[in-house]
Amino acid sequence: MSGLVEEMAGKGLQRGIPLSVQLDLTYRCNERCVHCYLDHHDQGEMTTAEIKDLLDQMADAGVFYLTISGGEILMRQDFFEILEYARARTFCIKLKTNGILIRKKEADRIKDLGVESVQISIYSHVPEVHDAITKLPGSLAESIEAIRRLRAHGIHVVMANVLMAQNVHDYHGVKALAAELGAQFIIDPTITPMMDGDRSILGLNVDEAALREVFQNEALTGNAEEFCAPPQGPDAEALDAVPCSAGHTACYVSPYGDVYPCVQFPLPSGNVRRMKFADIWRDSPQLKEVRSIKLRDMPTCSQCAHGETCTRCPGLAYLEGDMRGPSYQDCEKSYAKTGISSEYLEARKASPQPQRLQLVQIQGLQHAAQNLTANVTESSALGA
Amino acid sequence: MNEKRYVARSTAIASRVLGDETMVMSATNSTLFTLDEVATVIWEAADGATPLEEIVTKKVCAQYDITPEVALKDAEVLVEQLAEHGLLLLSDKPIAQPASLPKGTP
Repeated sequence: MSGLVEEMAGKGLQRGIPLSVQLDLTYRCNERCVHCYLDHHDQGEMTTAEIKDLLDQMADAGVFYLTISGGEILMRQDFFEILEYARARTFCIKLKTNGILIRKKEADRIKDLGVESVQISIYSHVPEVHDAITKLPGSLAESIEAIRRLRAHGIHVVMANVLMAQNVHDYHGVKALAAELGAQFIIDPTITPMMDGDRSILGLNVDEAALREVFQNEALTGNAEEFCAPPQGPDAEALDAVPCSAGHTACYVSPYGDVYPCVQFPLPSGNVRRMKFADIWRDSPQLKEVRSIKLRDMPTCSQCAHGETCTRCPGLAYLEGDMRGPSYQDCEKSYAKTGISSEYLEARKASPQPQRLQLVQIQGLQHAAQNLTANVTESSALGA
Repeated sequence: MNEKRYVARSTAIASRVLGDETMVMSATNSTLFTLDEVATVIWEAADGATPLEEIVTKKVCAQYDITPEVALKDAEVLVEQLAEHGLLLLSDKPIAQPASLPKGTP
């Protein structure tokens, strides 16, 4: 993060401004990726008018960085109407898409609307591997074609390579492909549980040896000696630091209007169909609770040698059942990085977690049912 | 004779007021800028229709203890710098803003 970006993030934190929001327009998708954490059925997406109203509210609340994602965002017929409206409200916009529906006309529109970047997931440079992950034959060729079209317009393209058991040896090839296409390459070695708590897809995660190889690769992580240095244990400053931006300067809004601290932190914190975005952001008891948690308040992590340097994700911890607890996946990463294990990691290895934790995330239908009840009640009262 | 200068925010930017400052990002190269309190006043008033001199006298001098001459000189430097980075448009004629911009968009 550059100095100025960091400074503005600090001011946003100080003033309680949601500087950064990810808005998913839809969970519908034309791919069926093996590791996807979403339910692709439409449970009652926000309408164009609802989304425009939300964009107005978010702009007024101070949101600057807006990531528009899904599902596949171009599955919505009103995608460009929404994007144009969002740009008119001067958001800094990042799009996440698989690119399959980006033809020349769409690339021209994206260029004209001035988005900051377009992120496209490429799982492998080998068509058979990529297409087996997306379960859509020909998808690699289509996504690459979209990247070429966007790059021809000078649009900043980020090629995201999610690592899993199926493609663990292909990141060198994807990185070379990104260089050839003039795209930025990023790598993500984390498969997250389904939003309904189903943890079965975690079996796709790469093993410890593969993770270690990634962390030791200086082309990816810079100075490996520094990156993989043994942990020193958290100092007083680290114990009181903000663990991550989720709920502090960032949040996530689902296609059904549900607000969560982060896309990876599905703690229901309010719904913009029932409350104003700013009121949820300011007053939600769930977001207040998330904001109250410092490393000092985490019984296990505050005592762990990795406490300060661990990439612990509070959302993954929540998905494991305790937002103040450790995230096992990040414990594994800390171990792979440094070769130093933790008490929690050893204990968990000895007693594995269940495959599903009961969580409530997808609330669209429940809200629709509640609204219907409210309307009926009001009609009856008027009729009486 | 001094000619009137009109200033308008470019559409190729992202921006947001943060307290009394403004964050502005160029959509062409993703460079981030911050504008201080006084620059924010000028930025918000840069509607393409109001001459810079009028912005300075009615907005800046009305709020800050500064003479119009000094304020205008500083404002001229500021808008030229912002124009160099493609964040502002400058013209000696009023500049039409896109019809799709919602009212009051900073």
